[in-house]
Amino acid sequence: MYQVGNLVKELSDKHGHARESLMPILQAIVLKHNYLTDEAMVEVARELDISAAEVYGTASFYTFLDTQVKGKYVIRVCKTITCSMKGKSDIIHTLEEMLKIKVGETTADKQFSLIETNCIGWCHKAPAILINELPYTELTPEKVSEIIKDYMLK
Amino acid sequence: MINLHINDQKVTVQEGTTVLAAAKKLKINIPTLCNHDDLCVAGNCRVCIVEQTGARTLIASCATPATEGMDIHTNTLKVRNARKHIVELLLSEHRSDCTKCYKNQNCELQKLANDFAFGDHVFLDLVEDKKYNIDRSSPSFVKDDSKCIRCQRCVRTCSELQHVSAIAVANKGAHQKISSFHDMPMSQVVCTNCGQCVNRCPTGALTEKTNIDQVWDAIYDPDKHVVVQTAPAVRVALGEDLGYDPGERVTGKMVNALRQLGFNSVLDTDFSADLTIMEEGTELLVRLKKALVDGDKSISLPMFTSCSPGWIKFVEHKYPEFLPNLSTCKSPQQMFGALAKTFYAKKRNIDPSKIVSVSIMPCTAKKFEADRPEMRASGFKDVDFVLTTRELAVMIKQAGIDFRNIEEAKYDSIMGDSTGAGVIFGATGGVMEAALRTAYEIVTGREVPFGNLNIIPVRGMDGVKEATIKIEGCVEAWKFLEGAELKIAIAHGLANANKLMKMIQDGKATYHFVEIMGCPGGCIGGGGQPIPTNMAIRQKRMKAIYSEDEHKELRKSHLNPEVIAIYKEFLDQPNSHKSHELLHTHYVEREKY
Amino acid sequence: MENKGLNKVDIIFEKIDNYEVLAKGFKMDKDAIIQEMLDSGLKGRGGAGFPTGMKWKFTAAEKSPEKYIVCNADEGEPGTFKDREILDRVSNKVHGGMAIAGKAIGAKKGIVYLRGEYRYLLPKLMIELESFHKMIKEIGYDFDIEYRMGSGAYICGEESALFESIEGKRGEPRNKPPYPTVSGVFGKPTSINNVETLVTAMMIIQHGAKNFIQYGTKDSRGSKVFSVSGDTPTPGIFELELGMTVQQFVNEFGDGDTKAVQVGGASGFCVPRKKFAETIIGFEGVPTGGSMKLFNSSRSMYNVLHNYLDFFTEESCGQCTPCRVGCQQLLKGVEKVKKGEAKSTYLNELMKLADTMKIAAKCGLGQSVGNAFKSIVGNFKEEIIY
Repeated sequence: MYQVGNLVKELSDKHGHARESLMPILQAIVLKHNYLTDEAMVEVARELDISAAEVYGTASFYTFLDTQVKGKYVIRVCKTITCSMKGKSDIIHTLEEMLKIKVGETTADKQFSLIETNCIGWCHKAPAILINELPYTELTPEKVSEIIKDYMLK
Repeated sequence: MINLHINDQKVTVQEGTTVLAAAKKLKINIPTLCNHDDLCVAGNCRVCIVEQTGARTLIASCATPATEGMDIHTNTLKVRNARKHIVELLLSEHRSDCTKCYKNQNCELQKLANDFAFGDHVFLDLVEDKKYNIDRSSPSFVKDDSKCIRCQRCVRTCSELQHVSAIAVANKGAHQKISSFHDMPMSQVVCTNCGQCVNRCPTGALTEKTNIDQVWDAIYDPDKHVVVQTAPAVRVALGEDLGYDPGERVTGKMVNALRQLGFNSVLDTDFSADLTIMEEGTELLVRLKKALVDGDKSISLPMFTSCSPGWIKFVEHKYPEFLPNLSTCKSPQQMFGALAKTFYAKKRNIDPSKIVSVSIMPCTAKKFEADRPEMRASGFKDVDFVLTTRELAVMIKQAGIDFRNIEEAKYDSIMGDSTGAGVIFGATGGVMEAALRTAYEIVTGREVPFGNLNIIPVRGMDGVKEATIKIEGCVEAWKFLEGAELKIAIAHGLANANKLMKMIQDGKATYHFVEIMGCPGGCIGGGGQPIPTNMAIRQKRMKAIYSEDEHKELRKSHLNPEVIAIYKEFLDQPNSHKSHELLHTHYVEREKY
Repeated sequence: MENKGLNKVDIIFEKIDNYEVLAKGFKMDKDAIIQEMLDSGLKGRGGAGFPTGMKWKFTAAEKSPEKYIVCNADEGEPGTFKDREILDRVSNKVHGGMAIAGKAIGAKKGIVYLRGEYRYLLPKLMIELESFHKMIKEIGYDFDIEYRMGSGAYICGEESALFESIEGKRGEPRNKPPYPTVSGVFGKPTSINNVETLVTAMMIIQHGAKNFIQYGTKDSRGSKVFSVSGDTPTPGIFELELGMTVQQFVNEFGDGDTKAVQVGGASGFCVPRKKFAETIIGFEGVPTGGSMKLFNSSRSMYNVLHNYLDFFTEESCGQCTPCRVGCQQLLKGVEKVKKGEAKSTYLNELMKLADTMKIAAKCGLGQSVGNAFKSIVGNFKEEIIY
């Protein structure tokens, strides 16, 4: 859990207080913290003067605007057909072993979250994943191990 | 004008008319579900689909404007097959336990199933895997997600009509649902309990929290003395659930039925409405004197009425800075409750701990109001149970009472007498009119200058009504008001209340006295009234309220003999210490978002 | 139907002098630009295939001081990745197409709606946009482009859902009419075009409509960028003339054992081997946003179908009954048939449901689920049942 502090105020100064400002503001909070706390959503409701339910209803529509706790690094593994054909299961297996969590979970030290996602646009270099915004493609169990090891050292 | 053909019949309509409305003009009924006359167009259920010659897909008739030369067919094989599928799909997501459901026989999905999808259903049941949630946290209503068909009528109601948006559509795909903020219990979010969502829910997904069994238990308990009070708006709508057309006054039969149900004393909220006028009228005049004569800057104007608990919770959440402006008077329901276990108990020589106080209300927020911790002025819970108009109809049916054919009966005394001013509380503008009928007379010694005491400018369905009453020819005690222009405003439905509050907040409008009702039309459109609701039905109920008023012998609150008596014997005078103890209350600030 | 054979072309990524083309476009009268588009026969490259010239013509005809050009960069169709590459390599051609479109319709503002999954491109795009703005200002354009991000919702590729998202709401498709050309983003007249369409428009201004119609067929003018993936030795993006048969495509890109080709992604059609020769890739045959997935005989078409249905069940916005519930029924239905918990004849009921979804769903997503369902179940029934 993070304290949202002045962040929402700063963001609404930057993006405005209109309804259309809701998306950029929520996206900016998620960019920083990887998910939205209840406190953050209520603050956004307050700044934009819309109901908290409306903020939640909009956020929960978008897969990347998570309202559940996420770790510092969110690993999204593509599960659409080509990545599925090209070895996504092995990638998932490797990640589950390395991080000691199952798909949908976050590590106890809140460093990594592992989720499946739909087509991220790298079908010709499948299997592919996103770690936060960065894509990693043409993965093998060995390759993805190396990538995660690097992240663990960050 | 637009000319089109529907089922090979020609019809001419104004531009902007939907295909649905054009069909209605030809007496062709296209079934709908997400569509509601009070709300904006949704077009999501797809039940109203029809065939348009030349179009690639079927069109939603509720959401498609008629165009010149359009050729529509509403009952082709394609349409019927699609419609059957759509109804079956809705049923597959819905827990169909009709025989156990509160909305059995008054459910729009049930009707669609009966009309279009009887016989074997092919699709798989999806309910079990969904692990639907039932939220019983609110004292006012129950949200049963297993019955929800996602028409979004509740969301549009809470947003457009009430400006609260306590619920919104959340998630997407198979997980899409109607949700409060982060799916929290409804009792913990910003919700006014107004029940307008309940009024517009086509299925049993949103229903009031019923107290029928508890009331039966009290009635059957030989040890208990059960008193019942009936709100003004109930008597003009109860009939709708018992075979009458909207707008029928069934007061006498209602009283008879209540007696037959076994209540020990059948009394009237209209009595305490008259009492409220005495208390609130006095409060207003005192505030005006303090503000205008004594120059007391601490006095908050305008004063707002406080009989609508949905409105009260709305202020507590959204406009807490205006809490001092609210009248400190309790609602007629709560005034009655406090007196039932003190004054009434004493007069009838009954142990107040044995009294069970029940109210019949057109309202769901009243259930929340009765549960408010401060509503124990009598030393006991002032109102034990609140039943909606709908719940009373159920009890009458359960008791086998042939409602249409029973005789009319009269209320009991000591708190059963009322004037026309008490009755009109049920309609928007009614509290204002009742207050003016008394306050004007107190100040000038004359009746309000409106024919037959009907203050027309404060009546009607306009969202926000304003008027200015000139005070002239005051009696000695009230000379300081000579020439004053009393500015009043009335709003009904929380969206209109919100608009008015913003104007007042921004300093764009100044008033002395404002009446606000949480529900469209006032209590006659309350969250506990018979379903369905629409403008025409509410207007008929409103007409009946004013008709009831006109047929009353006494039409001014201060002439109610039982009101006069209660001051003489018990309360002393309006705003007395005793009145303050029993009949006045305070409010709490709540979270804004 | 005309068969042009498989021909690689280089129009989209062809190196041009952006300044020159934009200056040329700037000098043209707005009606001349629109006429050029109409003459070229260019149809939308995102998958819906609406004639671009007509779209711009309708928007131009609206009397409103405020209009918008929106670039739909929400490329979410499974198997499509060409827009990512276009934005990565020639973003100022995209911006250029928008500026020219803006001139044609009378819009001063352009919005690029970029899917959240491509956020990593944003820093580079911002730098290129800055130099773009300098360039067009110099030429004299009164046009400004802004980027808005998506956040993981396939349905936001649908034009009206995209507008809702820009407006800060859930990406739920709107009732139509009114159509975007009349009432689009912020309720204003809007022309919304795919990334590739905008680049193609720019190239048509450069080379002229007459040159453009040399490529493709009467109903499918020009070329298209295809995203090729799956069982192929050469996955990647390829720009090909429209009007080839699936057989010709497979001859070039297959691995020798191609059993089926999914043309147009999850919302497209599955073409079985026996229909390769007779199926033209173009608006008169199987229309497509360019996604081409090849499956060889080792693949289970049940897995393919299940994957698509799972995708739709998750990505449906959920508002309308036929799609929200229909997708769940199709998915659970094929699962039950596969497990033997439902008779194989139940598939016939599901085929009828797919037909209903096609005509009763509120938007293209729900209307297209049946495409993959019917073509896979229709052509590979045994794999679905056993």
